[in-house]
Amino acid sequence: MSELPRGQRNSAWGPGFWAGFVACAVVLALAVPILNLWVPSNSAVALPDYLVPLLGKYLCYALLALSLDLVWGYAGILSLGHGAFFALGGYCMGMYLMRQIGTRGVYGNPLLPDFMVFLNWKELPWFWWGFDHFSWAAAMIVLVPGMLALVFGWLAFRSRVTGVYLSIITQAMTYALMLAFFRNDMGFGGNNGMTDYKDILGWDLHQPSTRLGLYLVSTTALGAGYLLCRFVTISKLGRVLLALRDAESRVRFLGYSVTNAKLFVFTLSAVLAGIAGALYVPQVGIINPSEFSPGNSIEIAIWVSVGGRGTLSGAIVGAALVNLAKTWLTGAAPETWLFVLGALFVATTLVIPRGIVGLLHSARSVRPRATAPLPAGE
Amino acid sequence: MNTATAAVDTLLYLNGVTVSFDGFKALNELSLIVEEGELRTIIGPNGAGKTTMMDVVTGKTRPDAGEVFFRGTADLSRLDEAAIANLGIGRKFQRPTVFENLTVLENLELSLDDSRGTLRTLFAQLRPDRRDRIDNTLARIGLTAQRAQSAGALSHGQKQWLEIGMLLIHDRSLLLLDEPVAGLTDRETEQTAELILDLAKDRTIVVVEHDMAFVRSLGAKVTVLHEGSVLAEGSIDHVQNDPHVIEVYLGR
Repeated sequence: MSELPRGQRNSAWGPGFWAGFVACAVVLALAVPILNLWVPSNSAVALPDYLVPLLGKYLCYALLALSLDLVWGYAGILSLGHGAFFALGGYCMGMYLMRQIGTRGVYGNPLLPDFMVFLNWKELPWFWWGFDHFSWAAAMIVLVPGMLALVFGWLAFRSRVTGVYLSIITQAMTYALMLAFFRNDMGFGGNNGMTDYKDILGWDLHQPSTRLGLYLVSTTALGAGYLLCRFVTISKLGRVLLALRDAESRVRFLGYSVTNAKLFVFTLSAVLAGIAGALYVPQVGIINPSEFSPGNSIEIAIWVSVGGRGTLSGAIVGAALVNLAKTWLTGAAPETWLFVLGALFVATTLVIPRGIVGLLHSARSVRPRATAPLPAGE
Repeated sequence: MNTATAAVDTLLYLNGVTVSFDGFKALNELSLIVEEGELRTIIGPNGAGKTTMMDVVTGKTRPDAGEVFFRGTADLSRLDEAAIANLGIGRKFQRPTVFENLTVLENLELSLDDSRGTLRTLFAQLRPDRRDRIDNTLARIGLTAQRAQSAGALSHGQKQWLEIGMLLIHDRSLLLLDEPVAGLTDRETEQTAELILDLAKDRTIVVVEHDMAFVRSLGAKVTVLHEGSVLAEGSIDHVQNDPHVIEVYLGR
């Protein structure tokens, strides 16, 4: 009996994998509430309330990095516009949260958000309809980034735009969206964006318990997103993606539709990025057009390359570490941050091209790409 | 030749195919017929249009003029690479192109003639009969021991065989092999000739090659291309004695 291809081996979903996954999930999902709620606040290990949304924000970034790793690490599509999908998901959530404010806004208008009253608008634009319902907003969080990725990807992949050209047009896409969202008459709050949210699904956003709830929802989303990405990457489709990353035309001559395979992961990835953005907005309390800035999207690629692309877990590790460093350094020495970020990218490329997780893999010499023969019957 | 009669007994039919790149005619009204079950070798000096001919048949290049038919009905000049591959036309490239980051086994798995649909591949499971098929192919191309190695770690000759195995496992009716022995040792060349003769028993094969000793060892009908059209056709002895061929190969 022959060895099964990677991913269909038992180890892919075996006890070893689940033990690691559950251990990480327990740490993320249980340690934070325990340290926040039940450890006395004068204790050294107590987690103050203000840190909970910060950790939640990191989890959203981790989900965003995961979505980029799926397309970049596996299908070789370096999207430098993933921040756009994140921001669109965030705007959909922001619109819902704005409608929840109701008459508690500065102008007390039951229908129009404050910025529309300020701009002297008389009625709600059609694209705001339905956003007072959470279910509508939730559907849009998935559909808006997904549809944009589907249309954009279809045009790009059908025309066989690859490599650096694709990266450039994704940058152009997010830049164009940023300019559009900066305009007041777009109806999304212009350069101020949307803020001053009150509550989500009836829970007060300023309550520590709501924030803890959002943190737990983010943990769940990250865990589910990771399992989904893992399912895709170890499927036969995952091997098709790896194959087309390395020899695209060869995959075509085998009879696979490269366009469809890329379109599928690109759209899935955009949806994950949108969900990450939607969870991010209530935890940071604001969404504005700067989320679309090209620099943000490039930063995501840095997180992934620091953690190790094509590993999934590396994306999560990279997003967490780089953002921890950013939080610390922008407090301690803000003017150095961009230099450090640039240096980090150069150093990663030169010293650890396979990233932190890639480095750990080779240190343990369990490189998944060049497996030693497994015992028969495995 | 009449298109209607050609359609009945031919597998591959090229008529008046012209391809130009910036004014240079890579193919100049090339007409070529390959019969079902035939083993055909195509030779010619550099720039004769051998690889361009394969590009046209596999959909990589669209002809500027002329017709390309497979089994008399499928117009290959209107289909893309994936559609042509799914008609049963397989191609081996000049430089061996295997998926270096996948194992030998996984390379073969992707080449199986299972559904190519994106969602189908997402949920695909390797059935036991498929696994047997992979094992048989591994044995046939002599890579059973290397099955779990990544293809990038194979030697040049092993990559050539893996690529032939990838065509073989799909059970294609027409194989196009572009210089299958380029860069191989004499021993490997001999083994490759044996493999091709073995494969030719139950499928149509078109081999493009420079190596005359190898072409002779295949003992098949030879087509000589020159400047994008057919210069001579016949047995190896026939074309080697043809004064036009001698002139093209030995200089004028």
